[in-house]
Amino acid sequence: MDYDTLLQLLASTVRLATPLILACIAGLYSERSGIFDIGLEAKMLVAAMCSGAVAYASGSAWVGLMAGIGGSMVFAAIHGVASITFRGNQLISGVALNFLASGITVLVAQSLFRQGGRTPPLSGDARFNPIDLPGADALQGVPILGPFYHEVVSGHSILVYAAFAVVVLTWWVLSRTRFGLRLRAVGENPAAVDTSGISVTGLRYAAVMITGVLCGLAGAYMATALQAGFGKEMTAGRGYIALAALIFAKWRPVAALWACLLFGFFQALALRPDVVEGVLHFKVPGPFLDALPYILTVLVLAGFVGKAIPPRAGGQPYVKER
Amino acid sequence: MDRLPRWADVVLVPLVSLLLAAIISALVILSIGEDPWAALKVMVEGSLMTGLGWGYTLYYTTSFIFTGLAVTLAFHAGLFNIGGEGQVQLGGLGVALACLYIPWPHWSLALVGATLGAAAFGAAWAAIPAWLQAKRGSHIVITTIMFNYIAASLLVYLLVDVLRPQGEQSPATARFPATTVLPRLNEVPGLNLIFTDKVLVNVTFFLALAMAVAVWALLWRTRLGYQIRAFGKSESAARYAGINPTWIIMVAMLMSGALAGMMSVNNTMGEAQKLLANSAAGAGFIGIAVALMGRNHPFGVVLAAFLFGFLFQGGAELGLWTKIPIEMRIVVQGLVILFTGALDMMVRMILIRLFAPFRRVKPGTA
Amino acid sequence: MANAEVEGRPGVAAPPDSPYAIELKGISKAFGPVQANRDINISVPKGTIHGIIGENGAGKSTLMSILYGFYRADSGEIFINGRLTAIPDSQSAIRAGIGMVFQHFKLVQNFTVLENVILGVEDGPMLRTSLAKARAELERLSRDYELDVDPDALIEDLSVGHQQRVEILKALYRQAEILILDEPTGVLTPAEADHLFRILKGLKEQGKTIVLITHKLREIMEATDNVSVMRRGTMVDTVKTAATSAEQLAELMVGRKVLLEVSKGPAHPGEVVLSVENLQVRDEHGVDRLKGVSFEIRAGEILGIAGVAGNGQSELLAVLGGMLEPGNRASGRVVLEGGQIALQGRGADGQSRRRAGIAHVPEDRQHFGLILDFTAWENVAFGYYNEPEYQKNALFMDNDALRDDTRRKMEKFDVRPPDCWLPAKSFSGGNQQKIVVAREIEQNPDLLLVGQPTRGVDIGAIEFIHKQIVALRDAGKAILLVSVELDEILSLSDRIAVMFDGRIMGFRDPEATNEAELGLLMAGIAGNGEAA
Repeated sequence: MDYDTLLQLLASTVRLATPLILACIAGLYSERSGIFDIGLEAKMLVAAMCSGAVAYASGSAWVGLMAGIGGSMVFAAIHGVASITFRGNQLISGVALNFLASGITVLVAQSLFRQGGRTPPLSGDARFNPIDLPGADALQGVPILGPFYHEVVSGHSILVYAAFAVVVLTWWVLSRTRFGLRLRAVGENPAAVDTSGISVTGLRYAAVMITGVLCGLAGAYMATALQAGFGKEMTAGRGYIALAALIFAKWRPVAALWACLLFGFFQALALRPDVVEGVLHFKVPGPFLDALPYILTVLVLAGFVGKAIPPRAGGQPYVKER
Repeated sequence: MDRLPRWADVVLVPLVSLLLAAIISALVILSIGEDPWAALKVMVEGSLMTGLGWGYTLYYTTSFIFTGLAVTLAFHAGLFNIGGEGQVQLGGLGVALACLYIPWPHWSLALVGATLGAAAFGAAWAAIPAWLQAKRGSHIVITTIMFNYIAASLLVYLLVDVLRPQGEQSPATARFPATTVLPRLNEVPGLNLIFTDKVLVNVTFFLALAMAVAVWALLWRTRLGYQIRAFGKSESAARYAGINPTWIIMVAMLMSGALAGMMSVNNTMGEAQKLLANSAAGAGFIGIAVALMGRNHPFGVVLAAFLFGFLFQGGAELGLWTKIPIEMRIVVQGLVILFTGALDMMVRMILIRLFAPFRRVKPGTA
Repeated sequence: MANAEVEGRPGVAAPPDSPYAIELKGISKAFGPVQANRDINISVPKGTIHGIIGENGAGKSTLMSILYGFYRADSGEIFINGRLTAIPDSQSAIRAGIGMVFQHFKLVQNFTVLENVILGVEDGPMLRTSLAKARAELERLSRDYELDVDPDALIEDLSVGHQQRVEILKALYRQAEILILDEPTGVLTPAEADHLFRILKGLKEQGKTIVLITHKLREIMEATDNVSVMRRGTMVDTVKTAATSAEQLAELMVGRKVLLEVSKGPAHPGEVVLSVENLQVRDEHGVDRLKGVSFEIRAGEILGIAGVAGNGQSELLAVLGGMLEPGNRASGRVVLEGGQIALQGRGADGQSRRRAGIAHVPEDRQHFGLILDFTAWENVAFGYYNEPEYQKNALFMDNDALRDDTRRKMEKFDVRPPDCWLPAKSFSGGNQQKIVVAREIEQNPDLLLVGQPTRGVDIGAIEFIHKQIVALRDAGKAILLVSVELDEILSLSDRIAVMFDGRIMGFRDPEATNEAELGLLMAGIAGNGEAA
């Protein structure tokens, strides 16, 4: 494999990892607050549809983005009502929302555009287009690093850079701020938070809504940057890969970044079977690469690669004890 | 907090949940500019008014009984088996191998063989998450989700690279031999008086009903069922009683996986006559809705499976005859799961409010 | 809130100078059909330690939870320092200067002490300044009140006593003037408890008001200035501690003369039934829970194990009852009726124990002894579902036979209501315990293990259960009784072993010992692990 191919692979990794990173960090907020969310997929899908449709109608990717975030937050709010206010089963709520999103996105797209459940193709300002970072062309001549900067670092849409910024921001919020302290506390022991006079419900809703915002970014990226428009089931299980990455990263933001990049790399490899065969000198079935993130996550869950300990109060509705 | 009378808990709560799901579904249909009442009529006519329609409805019912029972059985052991989707697909592999590589002289023997193959493969796919839960404490919900995706990838690989006959384009196995074709209900003496057209539902329907009875008897009439239910209610108490947690987790999940796998007898052997990619087609997940709606009781599961069979067939009719896309049925499924499963407490609270005035008349009967 | 009540800290107008820190007037609270508090009136003078005593379920904790804003009273008024104060949530309670140390600590296990202390009272949105301020303040507090803990230690690495100090520090850091402690000594050794009372006296000298909730008479007599007695949701009386006696308080608590003595004849010990030699248990964290315990129990004898909770009694019952938690390792030699029994792996589960003739009334009936959602008849088969009498054939259980058996047992043990279809959770604590005791005793075991047989059980049921245990002894069975209630140990046992820190500190004859001597042994001060 030559250097150019490697750079292509890495650039593709960054692009494919971006929705995973956004969704994974989204899930991190919810789960660190003690609300399990297997409905990341649902929120991404809804966001993708909303942003695709509105970006087409308005001609602006930014308006589309806002619509995507809005749609995702509606689903986040339903999950919040079910699992926080009515103390329902968080896993079942997630399953239900995944169904609902899968059906309703096609239903709405079909009734709006009559194109077999797709939104019309986007072009121009209705998409987030690649940005060339300063000096990308000028530095291209620098050996090794120049092309790396030009191919891998530069030339992505604004949402890709936003995803990386979100990781850093999340790390800072969790470890350095009052909100982060309270968020971590409510996922570990909500009673401690409650008796300190802070609203468990308020904190958890805040976390769930942040999850909605970030899933909105992830879904909008899918429809308005990675691809040009919404298509039926376009997220294709990315919500679950993000969930897998979250567990793989043991619910920590920076580790989550690396996990998503790794899983994004597998996705990039699956698109280039020729490269894999060239390097390994035998044929690796494409489906194996698809399954690799899940297999690795199972190994982590099984404790063969470190032990994944979820937030202690995760999945349990908070009920005041007598 | 007040409690509801038992009959309201068992009957009224699911019915009100269903009603709420129906109302929201009607609103969804209205919002895309269609007529919900007309839609309902299309659904009923297409699924319940003709022998052919019944054939489809009962065919889907059969599948959902299996996956609903799978979720129910695991649930009684306190395990949320969300991996029906993968277990069904692996069960399909078991069916395919049994049908393709063993020369069966008669369909009845083939049915037994394929059922065993389906159960064995489904159980095997559930065994790994079960073992990881029992021995390593890995959360079974997450591992079974992962195993759904791993199963899907495995099946794609097998169907594309291994089992696909030479010269075929689509990822599927070869067609099963003619001796493995299961009789449809219109070919069963006696029933052919009711089903005069060629219908989809086949003899697997009776296998599904038998399994519902078997699961009921297992859970409420045997020592093993007693231990499963006790373990599901309280793991700490189960340890006190000397119930072996590993044994219960393994046996409950293996049986759950086997039940899910057996669904493949219905669709792979009874209908498609070859193993296709994504053969579960969401039935594994619908099993969750069926189990919730059926209150985790095998007889409730049969009723709920029939309801979802109706929804599935009716939804297909909608896609055919109206402008409402077939995906409407997925929306309804989602709503039913949401209201019966996650918003259960909300429904209860509404009902408690409604019951409250009747209670004040007779204080002390609570 | 636009009413006359003031939320939180008084200070809008000059507060009237009241001699009372807390006054509750006419507080009532119901949970569904259960009236937890009924028209409670209480006045707590400033700068005093005020005890609130009552049996389990008397409504003490509910009352304090109302004061801390955890529940809202259905009716009644709260005055803090003479001002009518609304306490709709914990934040208001904290603002009103109330701090609470719960029975089950409300600490985040994987946070440091410092992080736990600032949680909810951070200065501003950034943590750095809050942490620095708290560190300085914590140093001052630990100097002033003997409250030293390492501010950077993780809670999960601290002992129970230290965790409790963190809870007190949390309250003080929130500038609590009123400190409520709910059953603070339940998990403490006597030495730790004494330290706690020293801290509380120090706080009182600084002008703080302390409310101590407990069901232990000794603590009330030792530590409080005034004491209020609660019984079944009502406030019975408030008296000066110096002007009352333990006997008088006990009478007020239960409403009639307590029958502390159990009528039982002398024991006639026979052959050795159970012999335990050098029994050790190490938990999954590598901590030794049992450090070589040896004793014997003979037929027709009750051996009582006294001790503060958490000194290895639970592990002793668990290993003998075959319900050791996974990850725990046991070693030693246990011989039952001449045959050695397995302590680990195969043959060490509850089923093997039952087959060997060991029955077990577990310490916590709701967690272990019963499946609360199961009917009474299903619970009667719990642990005994393999009994031949409950089987119809090789495949199915005989539920009819099981229900008949349940009806018989319910009648014999006077379980009320005698309805075998009722789920276990619908019975009162005493009747739940009777179901468990009936199930275990009626199996006619050679050895009965009994843990906290009367915890959360009403007086009437206590007498009944005690009689059944004595009757089993008189039928020539061996009984191992574990209880944290010294009265129970003293009145039931034929021989007493005292446990401390995983060891038996000594054996005593109940006729020839007293609470003071046992207390020293329980504290690990006297005794030296002598042999039986």
